[in-house]
Amino acid sequence: MRHEISILILGLLAVLTTASIVAAILSVRAPKPLSSTLVNLTQRINAWWVMVALLTVAFFFGRYGMTILFALISFAALREFVTLTHTSRSDHWVLLGMFGIIIPFQYWLVWTAWYGLFVIFIPVYCFLLMPAITALHGDTERFLERIAAQQWAVMISVYCVSHVPALLTLDVPGFEGRTLLLIAFLIIVVQGSDVLQYIFGKLFGKHRFSPNVSPSKTWEGLVGGLVSASLLGALLSFVTPFSPLQAAGVAFVACSMGFLGGLVASAIKRDQGVKDWGHLIEGHGGMMDRTDSLVFAAPIFFHIVRYFWTV
Amino acid sequence: MNKLSLKTFTLLQTVTSVGLSALAWVVTGVRPIWNGSLPSGRQRIYFANHTSHGDFILLSACLSEKERAITHAVAAGEYWGKSRLRRFIAKDMLSSVLINRQWTTPEENPIEIMLSVLDQGHSLILFPEGTRNMTGGPLLAFRSGLYNLSMARPEVELIPCWIENMSRVLPKGQFLPVPLLCRVVFGPPVAVAPGEERRAFLERAHATLLALNPRPERGD
Repeated sequence: MRHEISILILGLLAVLTTASIVAAILSVRAPKPLSSTLVNLTQRINAWWVMVALLTVAFFFGRYGMTILFALISFAALREFVTLTHTSRSDHWVLLGMFGIIIPFQYWLVWTAWYGLFVIFIPVYCFLLMPAITALHGDTERFLERIAAQQWAVMISVYCVSHVPALLTLDVPGFEGRTLLLIAFLIIVVQGSDVLQYIFGKLFGKHRFSPNVSPSKTWEGLVGGLVSASLLGALLSFVTPFSPLQAAGVAFVACSMGFLGGLVASAIKRDQGVKDWGHLIEGHGGMMDRTDSLVFAAPIFFHIVRYFWTV
Repeated sequence: MNKLSLKTFTLLQTVTSVGLSALAWVVTGVRPIWNGSLPSGRQRIYFANHTSHGDFILLSACLSEKERAITHAVAAGEYWGKSRLRRFIAKDMLSSVLINRQWTTPEENPIEIMLSVLDQGHSLILFPEGTRNMTGGPLLAFRSGLYNLSMARPEVELIPCWIENMSRVLPKGQFLPVPLLCRVVFGPPVAVAPGEERRAFLERAHATLLALNPRPERGD
């Protein structure tokens, strides 16, 4: 596995270095003051350096590192989500429970690989008990809106995100001890697809995909991004239990889900009247701005691998 | 009593202030938005909306360590001076300035106490509503302290600071904070115009602070 990880890290370093050099050359040549697109591009690349560094560190700590890292990502994402939605004073204990009980318990289930409870703890127990607690408080103003927002918040930020480290619990025959590479594959392909969609959109984008939801998403960006990300998936098949063709197919499904995740996230932001989820990452906005695609891709990727590749 | 002698931070106060700022960041990811003023070493009175005990922690977390060491929150003596423990927290740990709203002797005159802090070159954090706002309305009417301080020390900058979301992080009667993102918006300095009446100035300062709210459409 060490061999594959070294190749992945070297590849990422090469891509980021190239990106930084290109951005530096563009910035030197461009008229001053720099356009906001160029400033944002540099900020984004710098943020990518930090994110890749963090992921690499978490990788070296293996299961511990991944579980803790994604629990923290859930925390940051949930905090952004709840901040945006309407809450009332009587929701205090439910909100505290979301951060103090649901996140630790869900990641404990991931850690202990208790699959049966991991898949139903949030969609069954939490979804029934959270509205019950809210109803017990007796505050019915905008009740359905409040409980719906709470449930969707834990669904997106905790349940979906926790499927990334849960990949480590899968038993793929002939792939023992290498499940960390599944996480690397998923993240690289899905985040790569975001970047590729952005690049194809900037270069060739003409026809808007859904002007009401997200003005920046175009058909050209979508098709170019998905096709190239699927190719990237095929190229990376050597780190997975998939054949190149299977890897391209899995990458295509994951990246399509990622695209839909971005679309849903944009719709929520538009509904709440904000541009970004938060201010955590310079140039990217908040945690959810960076993970919206991963959030939708992770559970589907998890279940595809689990259904077709595990015993 | 009104001859408060202030020193720079003791070790306990430095540790407390660094710890609380870190805690504020973990819980609220607090970030300053400088919208009309900039961080500077100048002597200032920061005046802010007040909905929770955590307000001044959030505000001071947005200041540099150097500024924090000479910035004191003004707190109610009736509450924070009541027991030895509270007094220890307020004075020895947080280095706040305690004033009594129902004062009797001249030594207890809040304005004199605050002026003595300013005269030593230090800055203040003031909540001109006078109490925590529990009404659900955005901002209560201001008390006159802000006007009196500005008239007595016109060279000190008055900076309006809107603290976002704290009423949701720590609602009334709760002591465990819900992690929600908060921002502190620092607005342009306000000063008493020549010949400006007390009430007119207070209303103008009130309006300036209210206008900083980045999401006024939210009722919560």
